[in-house]
Amino acid sequence: MLLAAQSIAEFIDSTDAWPLTWLNGYGIVVAAVIHALLLIHIFAISPFAFIWLERKVSGRIQDRLGPTRVGGLFGWLQSLADGIKLIQKEDLCPPAADSMLFRSAPYIVCVSSFAAFMVLPFSHTWVAVAADCGLFILLAILSLEVFGIIMAGYSSGSKWSLFGGMREAAQMVSYEIPLALCALIPVISAGSLNLGEIGGMQRGWLSNWFMFHDPFTFIAFFVYFVVATASCKRAPFDLAEAESELVGGFHTEYSGMRWSFFFMGEYASMFAVCGVAAVLFLGGWNSGIGPLDDLLYSWRASSLSGEGSWAAGYLANVLGAVIFASKASFGVFVQVWLRWTLPRLRIDQVMTTCLKYLVPISCFLFLGATVWPLALQLRTGRTTWTAPVGDRLSSSVVELRAERDKSDVAAVPSPQAAEPEDLKPETPEAPAEAVPSHAPESAAVEPESGRDSSGSVNAASSEVLAGATKKEVQQ
Amino acid sequence: MSGHSLLFTFFALATCLSAVAVVISQTVVRMAFWLIISLGSTAALFFLADADFVGAAQLLIYVGGTLVLLVFGVMLTASGPYLKIETSPGETIIAGMIGLLFLFIVYASISGVDWKSTPGDAVATDSPLDNRSGADGQTLRPVGLSLLGLRPDKDLSGGGDGDQPSTGYLLPFEIVSVHLLVVLIGAAYLARAKRTQQASAS
Amino acid sequence: MAAELHSYLMVGAVLFVCGVICMATKRNGIGVLMGVELVLNGANVNFVAFSRYTKLGLDGQIFSLFIIVLAAAEAAVALAIALNFYNNHLTIDVDRANKLKG
Repeated sequence: MLLAAQSIAEFIDSTDAWPLTWLNGYGIVVAAVIHALLLIHIFAISPFAFIWLERKVSGRIQDRLGPTRVGGLFGWLQSLADGIKLIQKEDLCPPAADSMLFRSAPYIVCVSSFAAFMVLPFSHTWVAVAADCGLFILLAILSLEVFGIIMAGYSSGSKWSLFGGMREAAQMVSYEIPLALCALIPVISAGSLNLGEIGGMQRGWLSNWFMFHDPFTFIAFFVYFVVATASCKRAPFDLAEAESELVGGFHTEYSGMRWSFFFMGEYASMFAVCGVAAVLFLGGWNSGIGPLDDLLYSWRASSLSGEGSWAAGYLANVLGAVIFASKASFGVFVQVWLRWTLPRLRIDQVMTTCLKYLVPISCFLFLGATVWPLALQLRTGRTTWTAPVGDRLSSSVVELRAERDKSDVAAVPSPQAAEPEDLKPETPEAPAEAVPSHAPESAAVEPESGRDSSGSVNAASSEVLAGATKKEVQQ
Repeated sequence: MSGHSLLFTFFALATCLSAVAVVISQTVVRMAFWLIISLGSTAALFFLADADFVGAAQLLIYVGGTLVLLVFGVMLTASGPYLKIETSPGETIIAGMIGLLFLFIVYASISGVDWKSTPGDAVATDSPLDNRSGADGQTLRPVGLSLLGLRPDKDLSGGGDGDQPSTGYLLPFEIVSVHLLVVLIGAAYLARAKRTQQASAS
Repeated sequence: MAAELHSYLMVGAVLFVCGVICMATKRNGIGVLMGVELVLNGANVNFVAFSRYTKLGLDGQIFSLFIIVLAAAEAAVALAIALNFYNNHLTIDVDRANKLKG
């Protein structure tokens, strides 16, 4: 994560320094171990911080002080004290429970929310797995967490747990639909599912954030946030563990470390969904202040190309990670704030909110976001208010793409036919004016997106990237 | 042993052993648990075979969607806390023997194929997806384009007919979309509460 | 190459056979459904392996995508039928489904 996996692997494979020579050939393994260790630390520290935050914020909202004793001024070691207390507790398994499932359920929750961090970018190129379908993988992994909860509810052998598990299953199956739809809305604007690229496109002033890309993405951000809150089973949607009705819901029978694994998973997935919100809507690791972003970008670019100092690029990425973490933490803070402000809904109200309101709203937003560039093009002649988002792709990404496309072109007799966009009949055949022709191209693609989301997103992405590659060729 | 084959062995064993555990276990929820492990490891095998989009789809649709639905069904149809519907041992033994025989037949037929000398050079010397449209398993864009009716991997490489571009999978994609809509309506119709009938039946 | 293809195909075969046995022996309707899922997954493994190690290319991956989607649809309909059956018979044992009109 701190460097791209590939560069660590290459460094270790090629090093001659004596303590490392015996590792030659195992570079990818070492890189994987380093990444896993870094991610485990983030995964461990974020619940640590957020549990303290939760207690402190809820105390303040209820006009209390919250924890003040452990660890100095603000009681910031309270989570550690909690953890030590939980380790000491006895690990109980009720006689009515199916013990194998009962014991393994917390690990499913914990592992799946941990694995989601694998594809979450913390700064430019600081991501463990830079997959092209990163957002898709992330949503897929987050949807596994529900299974641990259902297992826990079912195998506890208690009616309260069973009710909690049932509610969680029904709620998660319904809320996954608007979650995926809302996450796709900025993807339509970006034309990529790669979270790293989506973050990189939002460089510059605040208006470049996808939240302010068009009115539909603006509303989609709030809908996404509500749905994400529900998918982390946070109040007011925490019906699976509603204390007033179900004692403790699915974790009624759990104690000690297994109980705390559920909560580590919950707080980590809160951070994960808020991190996705930050990347998709709130500019990711970009500050939203144009000159600062451009400065950091130039540091990164010069260090990547080997001209500037390595330290400057590293510092820029550290700053980016700090910006990203503070945006995501603010999201978590708002979720905590909501918990102590709104009363809990009833289970039928939760389902009604999703199926009758959130799903139609997100479908409408999805359609609107696909029609928006077309409408804008008819009115003003361009598909976006500002420059096309593809132009803001960072140069390193474009270079990578260009290399890949070059190898494509090499395999083909006529390079002109190699551009994927030339297969589209609507596209004007004008390589000389690649930049102006960019807007009509994406307009030609996007009306189709209403029907087949994933497919045309890919097409749009290849359009954008092909446009970017053309510019590279021109230069 | 390289890292790739180590990972492959691990996930292949996880897939097969938990598939066997699905067959052996008696309660439905344990079956569902082992099925999750099996299908999740299959998704890992897909990632290892450079099919990252298919792997993610497997995780999202199969494990996160279909199996949750199945467990939901288990909960709705369970009449006792841990419903066990036992199979008679004789049937299990016969089924196991037939299964082993069948596995042996499949194994023999797989081993019987001489992949190297197959006419038409069936086995690629290196992955057909490398260096062309989806390096390093980045198959998202080619898969999406071919669902839209374009085949970058065939049309651009000169592999297909030069003047007649391949059609891709636009029509099957549309058919599947309509099919899903029909299924959605049909399932909702089938599963709706029929209180009057139930009252008359009991 | 051929050796790796061979091991993928064996994984597919094991999944397929387990699925068939599961379909044949389980008396719980939902257990039968799980067997179907295993069978379809065995086919999926084969398709992806062929797409990686033979000249089949992208087609194998597309086919496995369609299989995944259709398996989801199949599960939804079969589950609806199972729920209907449970509503009428108050059991999910498929051996009890021996009447045409319930």
